[in-house]
Amino acid sequence: MRRWFRRRKEEEPQPEPATPPPDAAAAGAEMEPQAAAPEEVPPTEVADAASESGVEAPDTASPAEEEPRKGLFRRFRERLSRSREALAGGLDRVFLGRREVDAEALEDLEEILITADLGMDTTLHLVHALEERLKRRELADVERLKAALGEEMLNLLQGPPPLKRTARPWVVLLVGVNGVGKTTTIAKLAHLERLQGRVPLLIAGDTFRAAAVEQLEIWGERVGAPVIKQKTGADPAAVVFDGLAAAQARGVDTVFIDTAGRLHTKVNLMEELKKIFRTAAKKLPGAPHEVLLVLDATTGQNALSQARIFHEAVGLSGIVLTKMDGTAKGGVALAVAHETGLPLRYMGLGEGLEDLRPFDAHAFVAAILGGDEVG
Amino acid sequence: MFDRLSDKLAEVFKKLKGHGKLSEAQVEAALREVRLALLEADVHYKVTKTFIEGIKVRAVGEEVMRSLTPAQQVIKIVHEELTGLLGGESPRLDLSGKPPVALMLVGLQGSGKTTTAGKLARRLKSQGRQPYLVPADVQRPAAIEQLKRLGADIGVEVYPSQTDQNPVAIADAAMEAAYTAGHDIVILDTAGRLHIDAPLMDELKAIRAKVEPKEILLVADAMTGQDAVQVAQKFHDLLRLTGVILTKMEGDARGGAALSMRAVIGQPIKFLGVGEKLDALEAFHPDRLSSRILGMGDVLTLIEKAQETFDADQAQALEKKLRKEGFTLEDFRDQLRQIKKMGTMEQLLGMIPGLGRNKALKDLKPDDRELKRVEAIINSMTPRERADHLIINGSRRRRIAMGSGTTVQDVNRLLKNFATTQKMIKQMTQGGKKGKRPFFPGKFF
Repeated sequence: MRRWFRRRKEEEPQPEPATPPPDAAAAGAEMEPQAAAPEEVPPTEVADAASESGVEAPDTASPAEEEPRKGLFRRFRERLSRSREALAGGLDRVFLGRREVDAEALEDLEEILITADLGMDTTLHLVHALEERLKRRELADVERLKAALGEEMLNLLQGPPPLKRTARPWVVLLVGVNGVGKTTTIAKLAHLERLQGRVPLLIAGDTFRAAAVEQLEIWGERVGAPVIKQKTGADPAAVVFDGLAAAQARGVDTVFIDTAGRLHTKVNLMEELKKIFRTAAKKLPGAPHEVLLVLDATTGQNALSQARIFHEAVGLSGIVLTKMDGTAKGGVALAVAHETGLPLRYMGLGEGLEDLRPFDAHAFVAAILGGDEVG
Repeated sequence: MFDRLSDKLAEVFKKLKGHGKLSEAQVEAALREVRLALLEADVHYKVTKTFIEGIKVRAVGEEVMRSLTPAQQVIKIVHEELTGLLGGESPRLDLSGKPPVALMLVGLQGSGKTTTAGKLARRLKSQGRQPYLVPADVQRPAAIEQLKRLGADIGVEVYPSQTDQNPVAIADAAMEAAYTAGHDIVILDTAGRLHIDAPLMDELKAIRAKVEPKEILLVADAMTGQDAVQVAQKFHDLLRLTGVILTKMEGDARGGAALSMRAVIGQPIKFLGVGEKLDALEAFHPDRLSSRILGMGDVLTLIEKAQETFDADQAQALEKKLRKEGFTLEDFRDQLRQIKKMGTMEQLLGMIPGLGRNKALKDLKPDDRELKRVEAIINSMTPRERADHLIINGSRRRRIAMGSGTTVQDVNRLLKNFATTQKMIKQMTQGGKKGKRPFFPGKFF
């Protein structure tokens, strides 16, 4: 912070310049203890993880179901790790050959955090927390520093646990700016429901964008979920009203409402969203039970503004972070969690139906730190 | 959060008094704030660093112009350098060559390629070209349908792609079809893809080899964060981009990604997407974007909007009338209507430097319904009342309130505000240059 005109890292004397393989292997060993020690994880996190695995596979998970699950996890890991390989930075490179943790090391940390889109405030928050620990001489070596940083980040991600389903149908409203992947996310969520033996229903609330209704319909067919729709240009609130009526009549378990992408700065569109919300509540008291903000992991600091304004308008209950399979680290989600306290619920890792999973705080933190897999 | 660069710099310089040349201490203190501003705007860390170092070299020892404060001098330098880095004024599309000339849009998922394809087609058509839209996105469900609808809306023909076709084959066949039908420009809308997805990137390379597009434009979201560098680099390495279109600029993203991408690929930003409607495609102005990245508002756009909305003749007529007859409620209503034409109050205020991020203003929440209410109140008056507000007595006020669905208090407030405004205008039109100017866009008072 104080000195940004520091010498370039390349000029640093590096004991072992071009030996990536052992380095990477060492990194794996280094990250392992932190991740493999759930005891260190705060209680809420454990509860979260428990309910997550509950979502992933029902209580009756048989060994046969265990197998594909493992394969699935591996694939997620692989995708998340792309971000690690693609970025030249990464904790290990910065700290390569460094034994002691000093103020300078913390400055280098700042760069990693900022390039992961954590933003200034959250970066400074983390760096200050580490400075405190450094003063208390808790950070004797780089290993401890990494563990401490991981802990601090997990602290930020400690949102409230997922809501207990108290109603049927359980209504979930998805909101977000244009192009973040709302429609695709709905399809994937519906797919998750099907896997758990629940019956989902989709409401095509995006009546604005050309062919958005068709897009959801195609997904509905693939997932095997009915889609309630009207023509493009119809009043979305009316579609939602009809959709909820249909959901009640059919006795489905879960309803997902798609909405048109809207920039949070457009007052009229935010009013329209509030109307959708009110209409849902009128038709079905308590609905929507969940409002998920879909955030694109490639988004920078603007995500804060998005979260703030959507939250103000319709009261968010959680965040879905999409497009985590690229090189973007989605670090802004940490900033959003830090600022709003909203929990991250799911992460999207590709275009396939199976490419959505409950948010994994450890994998996420590991990806940001550029460390190796979390065990 | 970052507030306002110029305020912060002024504060810095309060502590560091000094005249004449900018000292190293001054510049460093100032650049710390600039750096923060850039990072908050999502300019890439390394790009920011290089930029700041360059500025430092240039700024230290520079004479502070007599008309400027040291803070302003630094802003001026930063702004100039930033504008320079962002590249030339609105570079044109290069569509020369034997028709049909191909233009290809590439980018990540959800960056706005399909909408942008529609916008470009509309723009080219209005310039007398015969564009042909080609949906080559067979990945996303209903993407082809989306482009067909957009084409139908703007009256541009769309190649009937099928989802089971290979995108390379589509591109090839579409060029043939365009030639036969006499189209001079082919706009290829490709599927969104990750820059690290090798098979899909190879597909783009194959399309490129097949149709040899004159323009390959990266469509990128203005809200993109630090990853913009990676994305742009990869796309550029594989495809040799000819430019960038920055979308979703109508939001409140500061658009620092533009600077990152520009720094990495060295190709110009050609257009800005500023809305979901098909006419919402604007030429790129580097100076405006650099103001925005620095968080300095967008006065130029505001002025331009005002100029578009207020035509000069009308303004002169009004001025004449004001001198002769004074300012009436009728004029007041006309002004309101014109302001409304320029956009919502929130949009307008956002463009004023310093106000955009002003906390007090955020609480204020300018309400467009307020404008509507004021207009309704004036509409509920008789022409005589509008010409002379002094005749509006208690009973008339009650009637106006009922007619406009407001309260007598609302009417009172409006009349009071109006009286103040009228007084100010009188001072200006009669007393010369005394008195403060009220805020009215356009310079005709």
